[in-house]
Amino acid sequence: MSIAGLFEHPLGRLGLDSLPFWKMLEHPTRSDIVNGIIATGAASVVVLGALGLIVVLTRYRLWRVLWSEWLTSPDHKKIGIMYVVIAFVMLARALIEAGLMRAQQAYGLGGGFLSPDHFAQLFSTHGTIMIFFMAMPFLTGVINYVMPLQIGARDVSFPVLNSVSLGLTAAGAALVMVSLVLGKFSTGGWFGYPPYTEATFSPGVGPDYWIWALTLGSLGSTFTGINFAVTVYKERAPGMKLMRMPLFTWTALCTSILMIFAMPPLTVATAQLALDRYLGFHYFTNALGGNMMHFANLFWLFGHPEVYILILPAFGVYSEVISTFSGKVLYGYRSLVMATMTIAILSFTVWLHHFFTMGQSANINAVFGIASMLIGIPTGVKIYDWMLTMFRGRVRFTVPMVYSIGFILLFVLGGMSGILLANPTVDYQVHNTVFLVAHFHNMAVPGLLFGMIAAYHFWFPKAFGFRLNERWGLVAALCWIFGFMLAFFPLYVLGLMGLPRRTVAYTEPSYVPLEWVAFLGALLILTALASLLWQLWVSIKQRDENRVFAGDPWDGRSLEWSNSAPPPEYNFAVIPEVKGRDAFTMSKEGGTAYQRPDTYQDIELPKNSALGPVIAALGFALAFGLVWHIWWMVILSFLAAVAALILRGFARNTTRIVTAHEVRQQHLRWIDAVATATAIARADENKPANEGLAQHASDGVVP
Amino acid sequence: MSPQVLKHPGLNLGPAHGKDDVAAESMMFGFWVFLMSDAILFGMVFATYVTSVQATAGGPGTHALYDLKSAFIETLLLLASSFTFGMASLALKYKHSKSRLIGWMILTLLLGMVFLGFELHDFSSMFAKGGVPSRSGFLSAFFDLVPLHGLHVAGGCLWLICLAGQILRYGLDTGTKLGIMRLALFWHFLDIIWIAIFSVVYLGGLT
Repeated sequence: MSIAGLFEHPLGRLGLDSLPFWKMLEHPTRSDIVNGIIATGAASVVVLGALGLIVVLTRYRLWRVLWSEWLTSPDHKKIGIMYVVIAFVMLARALIEAGLMRAQQAYGLGGGFLSPDHFAQLFSTHGTIMIFFMAMPFLTGVINYVMPLQIGARDVSFPVLNSVSLGLTAAGAALVMVSLVLGKFSTGGWFGYPPYTEATFSPGVGPDYWIWALTLGSLGSTFTGINFAVTVYKERAPGMKLMRMPLFTWTALCTSILMIFAMPPLTVATAQLALDRYLGFHYFTNALGGNMMHFANLFWLFGHPEVYILILPAFGVYSEVISTFSGKVLYGYRSLVMATMTIAILSFTVWLHHFFTMGQSANINAVFGIASMLIGIPTGVKIYDWMLTMFRGRVRFTVPMVYSIGFILLFVLGGMSGILLANPTVDYQVHNTVFLVAHFHNMAVPGLLFGMIAAYHFWFPKAFGFRLNERWGLVAALCWIFGFMLAFFPLYVLGLMGLPRRTVAYTEPSYVPLEWVAFLGALLILTALASLLWQLWVSIKQRDENRVFAGDPWDGRSLEWSNSAPPPEYNFAVIPEVKGRDAFTMSKEGGTAYQRPDTYQDIELPKNSALGPVIAALGFALAFGLVWHIWWMVILSFLAAVAALILRGFARNTTRIVTAHEVRQQHLRWIDAVATATAIARADENKPANEGLAQHASDGVVP
Repeated sequence: MSPQVLKHPGLNLGPAHGKDDVAAESMMFGFWVFLMSDAILFGMVFATYVTSVQATAGGPGTHALYDLKSAFIETLLLLASSFTFGMASLALKYKHSKSRLIGWMILTLLLGMVFLGFELHDFSSMFAKGGVPSRSGFLSAFFDLVPLHGLHVAGGCLWLICLAGQILRYGLDTGTKLGIMRLALFWHFLDIIWIAIFSVVYLGGLT
């Protein structure tokens, strides 16, 4: 291609017909108008949201703060919060899409209001977003915030790489958002099976959006996994042996190991699909020796461990929450660690159960079926451990605890349907029906999502220094639990009645009542989302009454509760010495918590770096150029990204010092606040009297 | 020599390097983990190749396209470059003169570039015989695996040049030392991958 050729189409494939309302203007049929209005409405929300954000940032002169306090910050706590913000934004979008799909299916007898193409985009973006841009950022954010605090570290091992990972994830999420405004997203589902997603059958930009969004996200997750694993291995405080780590840190470690090993197959699968589409290779095509089974294998070799990447951190959260709110040591710590590790290893041996019906022999199916059922064993161990932790504990029904109990009940049901599906003979009957949809939502919603929302409630006071409103939290939790049951239990039945998944419309009238029940469930879930937003608003308004600066609002057990809320940027004024499991509970009981050290030392912290946001912007430009065939943009942004990395190699003096004097001042301010705070009993933890200091046995009380 | 505790697998700088040796611990461990992830990437591409080698779709196959002599020369070049990089690492560890270190690095760079030249020549002669990646599943898989290694080598060469620049600019500080140590691992890793490519792709394809 000549230089002039690069600029022949300066906007590549972009044209007026990429706009969501163009088709409606050209062919004003009823269907096109309805779909056009919905698409344009969604695009307007994105554009207006972005404009609104720009206006607010400019009006309140927040650009500099955003840049220097947040975007360029290498602080794991801020990066964690930014991940969770991305997750919530994407969650809102994907839930609205889910509501729209349920509405379509409720009206779907003989038609409905959405076009098949529009419906296919909805389920593709819903799945892609929920997995890659809601669940992954959410758990990455929570681990980022909590894990270094739990092991008594100052930060992760590679803080700037952490910021780059965030940038890559954000760029991928932005790409999915832009697909609402310009062009169409893939219609090939969240796993984008070829040959349907090959250029022959899907020549548009849809699969390209999908490919590059996933590539950006998976690269970010690979680096995140490496970063977390090295942090756990190398940055633990003295005395924090592996078997003394809080269980959440254990699950973070296992998830990181899974990320390191499971993300590369996805990168290979999307890269090969891209080569097929852009350069006419034949990995997964029908003709000339391509074989789509390669894609199925590569994708699920990633996809199944991914399921456990998602669920393990949630298991960690439940372990912390249940132990804390039962006021008891976690039952069966060692068995929980073993079960977590076992699940991590088994997760690599079951990928084939995602395509039992795709032509391998019965014996192979049997092997993978048995392996899949085996995962039920360690998971069952965990369920019993959590129940035994609650047994004879003084359980407090706080919001995270409500989510945890909802999880235990619902997750077991989902696990049961999983055992059914793991049997290939059963799988043949129900595969590709909404029974499967019900099953994996039954695992993902009570499993992952409840866990993440529980984590949000549990650690929010630590991150922001005030508690979330309990009443609205409870409303949201109950709406989630009952909304989930209404939305997905009917799908089990519909699946057994033969309703295929991903059907835009159907002709069987007996589906209608259950579809309506599911739609009501979806509305209840949207109410839950609204309640969460309202709760945040109310909590911010009431923040001064609910401050917990002393840092330990729930009588916590691990080290993250042993400093102020929010913690100082260097986490610990003095790195703690760990003597056993539940390190903070031990020091509270031994009377060694909240000490005033004689001397303080200078603390070295990484300086801010623009590399993260720069890579985010260039990664987005590169991907956008690739999607729309804007070759000059591709070349320029690629070269700029290489240049940015080289320049970073030449950077020196990348750390700064917080002086011992400053550390001392900040630490004493907190210790003095602790000294004047009133310790409260566990029963009062949801009252404004909770200043973040808990009564404990060494105070001579039964807490 | 008294036995010392290794801070990470592979060549350690040793206590004589003071804080640089301390800084190496988590940095080098992290790089090992990265290489593990990269090894999975290659593993998947190898799997694609092995399962696609028969999928020639009537196009040219291994015997028509591969040139064992050239692949053997490439192997020798890469092995030699691993040796020269090893010498560079020793020069770093035992604090030989900076010019000797840079000399070994330049020699490594030259060997790497000659390797890439041979490889590009291989590819162009395959193209001339109709062996283009869009011809068949087999050729797609070949041009996934071997050029992926080549791209890694090219990236390594660029990294070498940048490191030489950093040494000239800053001398042997923590940053450049750890850079050389990481690139050394990367370079030897690519050597191992190449051995696998030579055995599986070239020797396997021509038996």
